[in-house]
Order: sequence, then structure tokens, then C-alpha cells
Amino acid sequence: MSLSLDIRHRLGGFALDVRFESEGRLTALFGRSGAGKTSLVNIIAGLIRPDEGRVTVDGEALVDTAAGIFVPKHRRRVGYVFQEGRLFPHLSVRANLLYGRWFTPAAQRYETLDQAVELLGLGPLLDRRPGSLSGGEKQRVAIGRALLASPRLLLLDEPLASLDEARRQEILPYIERLRDVTKIPIVYVSHSVAEVTRLATTVVVLSHGKAAAVGGTAEIMGRLDLFPFTGRGEAGAVIEAQVAAHDAASGLTMLECPAGILRMPHTDLAPGSAVRVRIRARDVLLAVKKPEGLSALNVLGGVVREIGAESGPIAEIRLDCGGQTLLARITRHSVAALGLAPGTPAYAVIKAIALDRRSLGGPLQEFDAADLDADVG
Amino acid sequence: MFDALSPEEWTAVRLSLRVAFWATLVSLPFGIAVAYVLARGRFWGHALLNGIVHLPLILPPVVTGYVLLLLFGRRTPVGAFLEETFGIVFAFRWTGAALAGGIMGFPLLVRAIRLSLEAVDRRLEDAAGTLGASPAWVFLTVTLPLILPGIVAGMILCFAKAMGEFGATITFVSNIPGETQTLPSAIYTFTQVPGGDAGALRLTAISVVVSMAALLGSELLARRIGRRMSHEAVG
Repeated sequence: MSLSLDIRHRLGGFALDVRFESEGRLTALFGRSGAGKTSLVNIIAGLIRPDEGRVTVDGEALVDTAAGIFVPKHRRRVGYVFQEGRLFPHLSVRANLLYGRWFTPAAQRYETLDQAVELLGLGPLLDRRPGSLSGGEKQRVAIGRALLASPRLLLLDEPLASLDEARRQEILPYIERLRDVTKIPIVYVSHSVAEVTRLATTVVVLSHGKAAAVGGTAEIMGRLDLFPFTGRGEAGAVIEAQVAAHDAASGLTMLECPAGILRMPHTDLAPGSAVRVRIRARDVLLAVKKPEGLSALNVLGGVVREIGAESGPIAEIRLDCGGQTLLARITRHSVAALGLAPGTPAYAVIKAIALDRRSLGGPLQEFDAADLDADVG
Repeated sequence: MFDALSPEEWTAVRLSLRVAFWATLVSLPFGIAVAYVLARGRFWGHALLNGIVHLPLILPPVVTGYVLLLLFGRRTPVGAFLEETFGIVFAFRWTGAALAGGIMGFPLLVRAIRLSLEAVDRRLEDAAGTLGASPAWVFLTVTLPLILPGIVAGMILCFAKAMGEFGATITFVSNIPGETQTLPSAIYTFTQVPGGDAGALRLTAISVVVSMAALLGSELLARRIGRRMSHEAVG
């Protein structure tokens, strides 16, 4: 799938001027509130007609103001999961789910009710009314409803924003399965670093109506210059790792990554599983000599590559640990005291308990591209 | 109870129900269309259309009846055209009473539907659009079911108004027993003749019963529809 977007649009005093291309399976539109994320998905879905520009999916123009093309929303086959669900209150869950399917020509249907019910765990909800569902259940039904219209592109606009933490953890695995099982390209809007890190293959960073950066998730999350957009508190490097082993005696799980072995509290992933770990920059200590007598279990050797631009008393440091980027957030005072500069060898110290289940993304399963064409094309 | 009514009174009751039924039924599609245009349309003449629709509510009914007579009388161009082309005659027929009732009830019908249309969450219509429904299907499958309580309420009001309509009816189609003598006209006639009090009272009682039944019926229906869409599980 390729999504290409190049639009300019004015909304009151706010100007949207965005250009990006993505081949990713899950493209995250990431940025703070008011960055223009929702307006952008509304343009892709056809709910907003942009002043100027083009949107193409797999080479087919949905909007092209220069050529006078504007495909109306009901002919786009772009599924949309809204922040607030927007289930039809007068229809049962089953009728909600089947609504879009009914308008999809039989030849273009690829999703069945049974598949969607199975994927999203909707079985017990089918005969209920939307009004009686919890927030998390509503969002699962909304995802199922969009899916059953057999879209060629699925837009998810902060589907977890209105949910509490427990509900988010309940839905995230379903979105991962959606990404890995259904093979529909997804555009996912979020302002949460944790969600983006866990789900995205490609990240578009939006700021003040412009695309500040586009790239792979690990690359974007490892860039110091993007910290102002990604949010300092939650930002951190993303590491692709593998579950190496579980130690039953200590209750720890060992992860293997290019930087070395990382230890974290036990998770029930099978050895060999690929995982994605986010290590928040503020959870990383730096030492210039190999530290001893520490309670922290993870000590990774590396070299300082970059020290972030001035921002008060805090400095962000990018380290290279055996080819793996790691970010640390320490005081400028410490940078001076340790004499850190690009090229300085240093050790990154990370407490095992800084890594928990929440900082892990599920295994991103690879699949054959030819397979995708056959199913979705 | 039915034995208590004379055949003439009984005829007036049946005629009133028939007039109100047809007045409501024929007004309905126009009422939905006008309510939709008023609720959603942004065009020049919006205020004018709104004014025309509401005019019968404010004008003296006699004026409305006289205007109808000027427009639809047999010797007027419109009246003649309708008679020659469709065979429809309004003047001094029960159909004219239905037309008068429909016109008088129309503002109430439009108002109720328009209010419920304005309360519809348009984001639901957007959602239906992204699921592949064309604007016409969105209206039929989302908007219409959501405004059903308003439609029912508007129909009841229109029905009640058409049943009770007196001034415009008597001006337009007169007071012909068996043809245009509806309940209010019959009551009026009874009060004009000596010894008619008992008949007037009987018909008044019927009016109260029918109106009450309509109101209760609409309340029940609206509540059932409301429950169907509320936050409770089914069954």
C-alpha cells in the first residue's frame, strides 16, 4: 500500500500544509492536540474537501484539486474509526457491524462477520444495543464495523483517547492483531508515544499543521531534534529485540538486542518472539566508567554520538551501543561533570523494572507482500 | 354509547376521522421535505419559506379559508386545472376539508420534524457515509429512524389540528352534512338550533375522547421508540 498526501487547507486561523508518503502497514500520524491530525484524516476520508492538493492511495487519486477530482466519501472505501465510536444508536451491534458490508459490492468484500467477530472478540455483544456497551466494547464494535465494509485503507482517529488505561490495554492487542492479521493498511492518529511506539511501522510527526518528520518508528523516536514534538517526558529510543530466555529462579526475562542483553521482569512471551521495547530517555543513567555495586541490572557499553541542543538544565544524549541507538536524559550539570562530548565512551544504566509489559510492543509479524496484493488488491 | 349518537352525528365523527387521516397522510412527505430544507438548507429565501409555512398558525383561520377558496374554487384557474387534469375537486367537498385541515396542521408537523432533525448528530451521518452509504441511503437508514419520534409527534399534532379545524374549513367548504360537516361544524350547528344542547354535548365528549386517545397514543409510541434507542439492552 502506498499513501501519498500533499495538501494545503485553511481552517479558520489554522493552516494545514502537509506533504508525506508512506508505504507502511501502520502509519502513525503523531503530534500534540491541535497539530492538525484529525483534519488530515478527515481529508483522507472525504469529510473535508481540501483547498488545494492531492491524496492518492495506491496511485489512485481520492482528491486532486488540480484535476478537479473529489471522490465522495461513500465511494472511497476508506474505513474510519472515530474517537467517539459513533455507533448507530437505533441498530443492534450486529446491524451496526453489517451496515457497511451491505453497501459493499459482493466482489469487493473480503471480510466476513465471523472473521471480524473472532478477531475482535465481539461474540457476546452481537445482540446488544450500542447504548449498553462499555467504552472499550464500543470501540471494538466500531473497528469491526469499519472492517466489515472491506476498506482498502483504515483510519483510526485516537481510538483509545476516550478510554481509561485498563481499557486501552484491553484494546491495544486487538489493534496489533488488526495490523498483523487483516493486512489492511492503517493510518493511526495518536498523541501517545507509547501507542505509536508499540504499533507504528512508519511515523509522521505533525506539528502546527506541517509534517515535521517522516520515517521508521525507531528512527523517528531516536532523533533528538524531534523531542519537542514527541514530548520529553515519554520520549525514548525504540529497540527491536528478541526474547532470549526466561530465568525461572529470578523471575526475569532476557531480551537480546544489538546493544547486548536486556533484563526485565517476567513476560509470558515465548523465547524467540520478536518484541519492540521502548526505553524512556529519563529512565537511562550514564556512567563514564563501568559501574559496580549497582542494583540496576542492565549496563550497556557505548559511545556518545550527539548531545541535544540547549534546553535549560536538561540535556538529551544519543548513544550508540553496538549499532543500537539509545537515548538518555540527564542534567547539563552532569554532562559537564562527566566531560561528555561526541565520541566519549559511556555506559548506559537501565533498571530492569523500567522495562515493563507496557513498554513492549507485540511481535510485528512479517508477511508476504504478494499475499497482500491477492487479498486486498 | 354508539346507540346514543344519531346517524347524522355518527357521520360527522366518521367524516372528521377521514378528513384528519388524509390531511395528515398527504402532508407527511411534504412536511418531511420542508423540515429537511429548513433544518439543513442555507439558501436565499430561507426566512421567507419559514414564514409561509408558519403563516396559517398566525393568520385568522377565516383568512386562510378564504385564500383557499380564492385559489382552489371551481372557477379559479388552479381549481379548474386540478379538476380537468386529475379530477380532483376541493370546493365544497370533504377533500377540501382535508386540504384545509392539512394546511392548518402543516406548521405543527414541520416544526416537530424540524426540531428532531436539528437534534440529529450529524457525525453519525458522516460515519454512515464513510461506510459506503450514499446521501439518500444515509437519510433512509440513519436520519429517518433517528427522527421517527419527531415525525410521530408531528403527525399526532397535525391529526389533532385537522380534526379540530373549524374556521378555515367552514369558510372554504361550508357546512354540508355528510360532505363537509366535521365534528366542530356539527357542534356549531347544534348550538345554533333550539334543543341542540344534548347533541353538542355528546359530540364534545367524543372530541375529548379522540383527542385524549391521540395524545396518549403518541406519548406511548414516542416512549417506545425512545426506549429502543436508549442506553438499555434489548430483552
